[in-house]
Amino acid sequence: MDATILMLLLQDGVVNGAIYALIALSLVLVFTVTRVILIPQGEFVAFGALTLAAFEAGTVPGTVPLLLALGAAACAADLVEARHALDARRILRIALRDLVLPGAVAALAYALGPGKPTLALGIALTLAIVTPMGAYLHSIAFRPLEKASVLVLLVAAVGVHLALTGLGLVFFGAEGSRTPPLSDAMLPAGPLSVSGQSLWMIGLTLAIIVALWAFFGLTLLGKALMATAVNRLGARLMGIGPGMAGRLSFSVAAFIGALSGVLVAPLTTIYYDTGFLIGLKGFVAAIIGGLASYPAAAAAAVLVGIIESVAAFEASAFKEVIVFMAIIPVLLWRSARADPVEDEE
Amino acid sequence: MRQSLLAALGLLLVAALPFVPGVPPFWFTLLNYAGLSAIVVVGLVVLTGIAGIMSFGQAMFVGIGAYATALLSLHLGLSPWLSLPVSLAASGLAALVIGAITLRLSGHYLPLGTIAWNISFFYVLGNTDALGRYDGLSGLPPIVLFGFPLVESRHLFALIWVCVALSILVTQRLLRSRTGRAIRALKGGVIAAEAFGVDTGRTRIVAFVYAAMLAGLSGWLYAHMQRAINPTPFGLNASIEVLLMTVLGGAGSVWGGVFGATLVTLLKDQLQNVLPLLLGAQGNFEAIVFGILFVLILQRAPDGLWPLLTRRATPLPPHHPAPAAPLAPRPAEPPGRVLLDAAGLRKTFGGLVAVNDIDFSVKAGEVVALIGPNGAGKSTTFNLVTGVARLTAGRVRLFDRDVSGEPARAIARLGIARTFQHVKLVGGMSVIENVALGAHLRGRAGPVRGALGLDGAEEAAIFAEARRQLARVGLAELADRPASSLALGQQRIVEIARALCLSPALLLLDEPAAGLRFREKQALGDLLRQLRRDGLGILLVEHDMDFVMGLADRLVVMNFGAKLCEGPPVAVRTNPAVVEAYLGSAA
Repeated sequence: MDATILMLLLQDGVVNGAIYALIALSLVLVFTVTRVILIPQGEFVAFGALTLAAFEAGTVPGTVPLLLALGAAACAADLVEARHALDARRILRIALRDLVLPGAVAALAYALGPGKPTLALGIALTLAIVTPMGAYLHSIAFRPLEKASVLVLLVAAVGVHLALTGLGLVFFGAEGSRTPPLSDAMLPAGPLSVSGQSLWMIGLTLAIIVALWAFFGLTLLGKALMATAVNRLGARLMGIGPGMAGRLSFSVAAFIGALSGVLVAPLTTIYYDTGFLIGLKGFVAAIIGGLASYPAAAAAAVLVGIIESVAAFEASAFKEVIVFMAIIPVLLWRSARADPVEDEE
Repeated sequence: MRQSLLAALGLLLVAALPFVPGVPPFWFTLLNYAGLSAIVVVGLVVLTGIAGIMSFGQAMFVGIGAYATALLSLHLGLSPWLSLPVSLAASGLAALVIGAITLRLSGHYLPLGTIAWNISFFYVLGNTDALGRYDGLSGLPPIVLFGFPLVESRHLFALIWVCVALSILVTQRLLRSRTGRAIRALKGGVIAAEAFGVDTGRTRIVAFVYAAMLAGLSGWLYAHMQRAINPTPFGLNASIEVLLMTVLGGAGSVWGGVFGATLVTLLKDQLQNVLPLLLGAQGNFEAIVFGILFVLILQRAPDGLWPLLTRRATPLPPHHPAPAAPLAPRPAEPPGRVLLDAAGLRKTFGGLVAVNDIDFSVKAGEVVALIGPNGAGKSTTFNLVTGVARLTAGRVRLFDRDVSGEPARAIARLGIARTFQHVKLVGGMSVIENVALGAHLRGRAGPVRGALGLDGAEEAAIFAEARRQLARVGLAELADRPASSLALGQQRIVEIARALCLSPALLLLDEPAAGLRFREKQALGDLLRQLRRDGLGILLVEHDMDFVMGLADRLVVMNFGAKLCEGPPVAVRTNPAVVEAYLGSAA
């Protein structure tokens, strides 16, 4: 391996790392607010990529009827959840959120989809379709389990992952897709050239890191979300609803997931089940960062990206093994620092 | 008894099936798959439902067992019967290594770790030439029984379900043994278990290795049933599927697990027939149904379907070993010997000094009471002495031995037993089993002896001792009730019986009289006086002043983490500093 190859691998690693960083950030966000380890994050990535690919092909993607179905199910779940305090305003709010919003998005998709929308419009539609799914999934699957342990929530998350992967196969079929890049520009940088696409990826990742940091550090709502994470009862007594906190964090995660899908789809062919592996690599980064720190998770994600690209060059068959085994030293280190005995209650 | 009736009926149906003429071979194939999964699920019940450890890597251990026997029979021409122990050992060893690395982590790191292991395992299988890459290995020999090769699914059926029955039998034996009690104490009772000498880290590894060995057995059967293997059935999705079987059936009992395994296998077959027709395409659409089932079950029936069918949640039948002589007690200490000598105990949490340079001692044959207003640091002092909390500074000597910084289970080994301010009994276990956990250090039977049922004499002695101590505290008639069904005051007394079961030289009681009625308090006082006469040293934290003043030889008064004064009850009662701490100063 000479210096030029190393530079290429590093560049490749950083670009991939940016995607893992986005995913790791949303995993940390969802875990700290709701204690859910969001295994289905990868499905949002695949849905984002494949929805955009469907628009590029001039068809209406299957995620549109899925959005309508999830909205209807979430509406039922929200009504059940709020059954003891239902009034006209509340019913209206739930109906607007769970029925009217997806209805409007679906109407736009059906109107614009067959006419092959521009890339920017396609991306906007894709984000509008996938983002609310996060909130609906929270209402349907996780809100009724809010008192359950982290392990039970993890199993439920695996269940949601299974169901969404199966639905992905129904809606998108077994064939993979690619989408056009956000920018065709190639900028020379010494012996390398940097693509406009990779600049987009790194720039958007940095922007989202800054936005998350500002949201949790500076805004009242962000601090309220952190408060629910630390003490749900206490936060509720202070007027912060766990339902709102969960819906918001899940929607942000779905948004970031769909955006990652849009960003990664020009680089690699995305299949209905590709998201899972991408999501798990985001996990590796989030775990290295201790599932708590945004900057640590982002830095670890870049490291994962670099490990992956170097491993792909040196031992391509064992690329995945090397990436996933990278968490073992981290687990060992955490294990050595862990308190010897604690009750899990 | 509805549970065992239902279970026996199910097994009888299974046993009768091969004798029914005209049963299509496909049924046997399907039930063979159900049986293979059931063996894995029984292990997962021990791991997840009983020990509270979640694993997404069980299919990996199945795969290790399958590949081990495949390599041995293909390359060395070994008979499957000779490679069976190797399959079990390979899976167990892999679990030992993985467990040593990951099991000390709490909560969610273990399942995430096993996901990583399982995915890596899959890609290693798929990319290693010696393992046949994604094509796998084929041409494996069938299992030969009494010169009769088991090739047809009808014949394998008998072998597989005998293995299921054996797995259930061994598992129930194991769970009822000394090691089993330790495993069952893991879920929510780690601190109490450690306080009675259970090495919970090691116990978790035992459960993990046991579950992996059952998976290895399933892998061995699978390899010689299919006679060809490839990486697909050992991937992460297969691990998730066994977890679904466990959750669906009910992780609390082995019967629930077997039920779940059968149900999911049959359901999967039906879905694979129906869904592609319905959706007009080929694919693994059953994942959608399974995913929704996962979520629905967790929301609607978190204990699984089996307890709903049988209306019973207690996983194990009551336990009545043959009557035997109780264990020999520890020789009494000479009266007046210093048992516990604490000097300069200090504990800080950040800037807060919870315990501030406390000194005191307890001798054999005396009752010392630690008193003080709420928040004075009494319970923290207790935790420092018993190794539950780490000392910031200071020194604890027990029997002239420095134990500062040693873990709770090492301190228990010296003959120190304790109760807890917040009762820590294992709710799902019966009262007598909770008490028997106190005698953990007085037994020696390990998991192998327990699983094979070779621990009968020792178990009988442990239970005789547990019954004796339970009778001593006056709760003999509650022996077989689930511990969680007792009133709080009774649970405190059960904790004392458990502590006595250790045959301690020094007894530490954290608010033993709280929640007791008047007569119960009197009985407790009498018991403690009797123990004092027997030469025990007793240190107690208590708020009930009448109780303390009538019982203690010496009082140590704490306030704001520091020692206020020390002396006999009469002197302390009139000490102006104590009066001020309790009642405030006259303005």
